[in-house]
Amino acid sequence: MAIESDLIRADMVEAIEFPHLTTKYNVYGVPRSVINETVHVEGAVPEPMFLQKVLEAAQ
Amino acid sequence: MPLIGQKDADYLRKEFSDKLVEPMQLVMFTQEFECQYCRETRQLVEEVGALSDKIDVQIYNLVIDKEKAEEYNVDKIPAIVVAGTKDYGVRYFGIPSGYEFTSLTEDIVAVSEGDSGLAEATRQAITEITKPVHIQVFVTPT
Repeated sequence: MAIESDLIRADMVEAIEFPHLTTKYNVYGVPRSVINETVHVEGAVPEPMFLQKVLEAAQ
Repeated sequence: MPLIGQKDADYLRKEFSDKLVEPMQLVMFTQEFECQYCRETRQLVEEVGALSDKIDVQIYNLVIDKEKAEEYNVDKIPAIVVAGTKDYGVRYFGIPSGYEFTSLTEDIVAVSEGDSGLAEATRQAITEITKPVHIQVFVTPT
């Protein structure tokens, strides 16, 4: 999605190396996606579902 | 000892040769007293870069090259910026091992093509977005 839009940027964050972030975002299981700090997506979800979450976060 | 096995290296060399369109960059940020995964990540980045003429590897130091780090919005290391003719905002923080390595090589191709590979409906919906979106995907080495 980052490639598709100039407004979207996307990070892969390897959880073990950044424990302060996993604590901050309550990451217990992976993959967990955090969108704009507040919207969370657990697991690997289908593209349309992920899109919904991105749109929700971009309100 | 190379991190990428011979069979994988040969496969990737061919993949990149077949699929890379525009030249792209792997911009890595690390530090002098390399953190445990910084050294391996750097080695991995250099090995991947060696598999294609279209991949340009740049290594920066997070502290010494502070302005570059700010320019790329990098605040933690190891960090790999996967950039093409422009910076699409794709970052890998931490070592991309296991399944994430596949994601990295797929991103290299996608960035080089400038094509997200997303469904048409998704692309359409994304054009309606008016605010910045920051996606962070937390993973563990598999």
